[in-house]
Amino acid sequence: MTSTEPTARPQDAPAESAPAAALHVGTSDPLTLLTRNLRQSGIYIAFVVIVALFAFLTDGVLLSPGNITNIVLQYSYILVLAIGMVILIIAGHIDLSVGSIVALTGAVSAVLVIQHGQPWWVGVVAAVAVGVAVGAWHGFWVAYVGMPAFIVTLAGMLLFRGLTLQVLDNVSLSPFPADYQKVASGFLNGLMGGQGYDAFTLLIAGIAVAGYAVSVFRTRLARIRYQQPVESFPLFVARVLVVAAVVMYFAWQLAHARGLPIVLIILAVLVIAYGLMTNNTVFGRQVYAIGGNLSAAMLSGVKVRKVNFWIFVNMGFLAGIAGVIYSSRSNGAQPAAGNMFELDAIAAAFIGGAAVAGGVGTVVGAMVGGLIMAVMSNGMQLMGVDQSTQSVVKGLVLLLAVAFDIYNKRRAGASR
Amino acid sequence: MNDVLLEMRGITKRFPGVTALEDVSLAVRRGEIHAICGENGAGKSTLMKVLSGVYPTGSYEGEIRFDGKPVHFGGIRDSEAVGIVIIHQELALVPYLSIAENIFLGNERRGRGGLIDWNRANAEARELLTSVGLDENPVSPVIQLGVGKQQLVEIAKALSKEVRLLILDEPTAALNDVDSAHLLELLRRLRDRGITCIMISHKLSEITAIADSTTVIRDGKTVETLDMSSGDVTQQRIIRGMVGRDIDSFYPDRVSEPGPEVLRIENWTAWHPVQQRKVVDGASLNVRAGEVVGIAGLMGAGRTELAMSVFGRSYGRNISGRLYLHGKEVRARTVAEAISNGIAYATEDRKRYGLNLIADVRANVSAAALGKLARAGWINGNEEIKVAEQGRRDMNIKTRTVLDTVGTLSGGNQQKVVLSKWLFTDPDVLILDEPTRGIDVGAKFEIYTIINRLVAQGKAVIVISSELPELLGMCDRIYTLSAGRITGELPVGQATQEDLMALMTMEKELAG
Repeated sequence: MTSTEPTARPQDAPAESAPAAALHVGTSDPLTLLTRNLRQSGIYIAFVVIVALFAFLTDGVLLSPGNITNIVLQYSYILVLAIGMVILIIAGHIDLSVGSIVALTGAVSAVLVIQHGQPWWVGVVAAVAVGVAVGAWHGFWVAYVGMPAFIVTLAGMLLFRGLTLQVLDNVSLSPFPADYQKVASGFLNGLMGGQGYDAFTLLIAGIAVAGYAVSVFRTRLARIRYQQPVESFPLFVARVLVVAAVVMYFAWQLAHARGLPIVLIILAVLVIAYGLMTNNTVFGRQVYAIGGNLSAAMLSGVKVRKVNFWIFVNMGFLAGIAGVIYSSRSNGAQPAAGNMFELDAIAAAFIGGAAVAGGVGTVVGAMVGGLIMAVMSNGMQLMGVDQSTQSVVKGLVLLLAVAFDIYNKRRAGASR
Repeated sequence: MNDVLLEMRGITKRFPGVTALEDVSLAVRRGEIHAICGENGAGKSTLMKVLSGVYPTGSYEGEIRFDGKPVHFGGIRDSEAVGIVIIHQELALVPYLSIAENIFLGNERRGRGGLIDWNRANAEARELLTSVGLDENPVSPVIQLGVGKQQLVEIAKALSKEVRLLILDEPTAALNDVDSAHLLELLRRLRDRGITCIMISHKLSEITAIADSTTVIRDGKTVETLDMSSGDVTQQRIIRGMVGRDIDSFYPDRVSEPGPEVLRIENWTAWHPVQQRKVVDGASLNVRAGEVVGIAGLMGAGRTELAMSVFGRSYGRNISGRLYLHGKEVRARTVAEAISNGIAYATEDRKRYGLNLIADVRANVSAAALGKLARAGWINGNEEIKVAEQGRRDMNIKTRTVLDTVGTLSGGNQQKVVLSKWLFTDPDVLILDEPTRGIDVGAKFEIYTIINRLVAQGKAVIVISSELPELLGMCDRIYTLSAGRITGELPVGQATQEDLMALMTMEKELAG
């Protein structure tokens, strides 16, 4: 067992001033870096391979400006749902009802805005409020009554689908006024002009990249100050440059289509906020603790019921937002809206490395998992693959992703 | 009388890093009740698992002869085929199936076409129930029966398999006095019918009352086999065999300077979460600053139950009694309240209750006091790593970085992570439940050193342990617990293992 061997401790390293040390310390052994977290890095590699594969198969259409914009618009609501879903899965729960909540919240919003002529923001607030209420309903039964989330949300799936039909009186409502539609299909474009492209989009992306670079550098300095292992400086720079290049390429393509989609801004804010929440807050860490070992979490003073309740409320909140985005994009509310969305969101979380037994998973991973599904669907559509084959392929990808997770865990268990 | 039914010779069983049994021999005569005694962890259960084929031939060294012939068991089915049936301490009945279904589970009474003949099964079940003195309808579900009656159903199930050697592991541990007496009477009747019986028990009074011979096991070795038929083997005699071990200089020295009282409980009572019995019964104890207090008790005495019910009522129901910290009465109704009152409890089963094995060292160390690292809910991640590093250095946790997964560490290092976690809550009282269980000798010494350091800092420490030498080596005072009651309190200078064992095996009416 390696743990019993004497190891060179980082604090034995000569003390340099932190910024100087930042340039010298660290490992660039690719094997160390790759195996340090295979579960996470595996998913990024898979994503790159899948994007490259479909870009090749579609003669580059996949990465054309118009298509990238399309992918963002088409899958944004699944990604929003996947954020809430991965948090539930980390805690060892599941939510089968999110498709129905998307339908119900969109329906409530449509009734208010279309039938009663309320302004767009009333619809948005009402939809989110209904989502939160539904989440509190689920949270009550799971956290305080102690029922399995599978049953509670299966009941919720039927219950809220039924309520959707009642709210809509079994008919579709459309169209929304233009300002409501802008939420999901609007763009920030032409704010600063440009020669055939949107300079504003590039500026925002540039700020984002700069912010990213500063933030990871500060993290690196802090890690060195606290004597934690880091990657070598050239590798660090390479990583930042790759991320910057990808983001700027993505922004460049968007700028040459219709500009910066509003949903992308919403999504980015949510991903950053929830990414920080899960990693850096007491609440987020308690979610991992509950999923990792419920008994140990209880005996460490974690208020398990409270945490469980609020993560369901949060799922309802995000489903409300997804309901707004979806109703806005489809320009109306339909009784069958959101059908099977829960399965896409669950698949995204698991493909993104969440563990079936709980305790493992990340928001960013779920986003990549969702994007893998999105790129595959979109790519196959572009190639004209029929719906049945698409379904077969997506099913197999989900199966393999979870099989990989179980294989990984067994390997980890064997080394114990 | 020298007709030997079972003979186990030179049994040695090794697990990675531990030798559980070393050259153990056991001879059981036909038609006798043979008791096996020993401390927790002495190797009794392992020996029975070897005998019943749970550990198949080849995974141990030595020879088993049954009825004069050498036998080789590849699994439980093989041992049952020759008539050896084991009834485990945790009953293996399916709660929602009927008595008859349980009795014939895996051994179903088939009729024509392979279908189960329920009439025959129920009729046979009724006969078996009569033979064990249980007047119940065979079709009623097992969950409706009390533990005592369930025990009888287990025996009926064994009888249905044409049992020749019946092994009972702590059969009366969960039974009340009436049910225990009934069970012992049944064992006598079975003996008269020619069924040989091996009984593992901690209750020495039962052993002296019923056993024909007694084999004492200590530290994985046979100490002696006592012939009980003469009637002059006393409980004291058995105890001497069980504990006959000396405390060497294995325990680091410590100057004992107890300060003011930190924690006191009075008349503490807790009920089993589902069964109708008290697991802790009117216990009172106290611990002072700079003092190590031990709680000695056999399995099922209520040690863990006592500790967990005090620690934010994390076990049991209908908990009553008073809890004082620094002389002031407090209510710690939740774990969070207990922690904020300065109580810490390190569980006996760190893998199941103590650690998040799939998380890293850092997250485990900070888990019980994340609030101390956070402002407005936001964790200072660097500070957290510093705290974990501090723990790693203070406790000498052997790991590459604090970002390594706890599940990959050895038992001793995992236990140090648990200790780091609780020390970070800055407790006044640490309750350590079996702090050295399952860890190697070197790590044990390190844990003892850490305990001494904490005591020197003025912490109060309660150690629960099955190892009497450990308690005698580490503690200032020792309480003994038996059947949920405190049966004694001894300063360590006046205590011997024999005294403690006598108090630990003291039964209810005597405990008073």
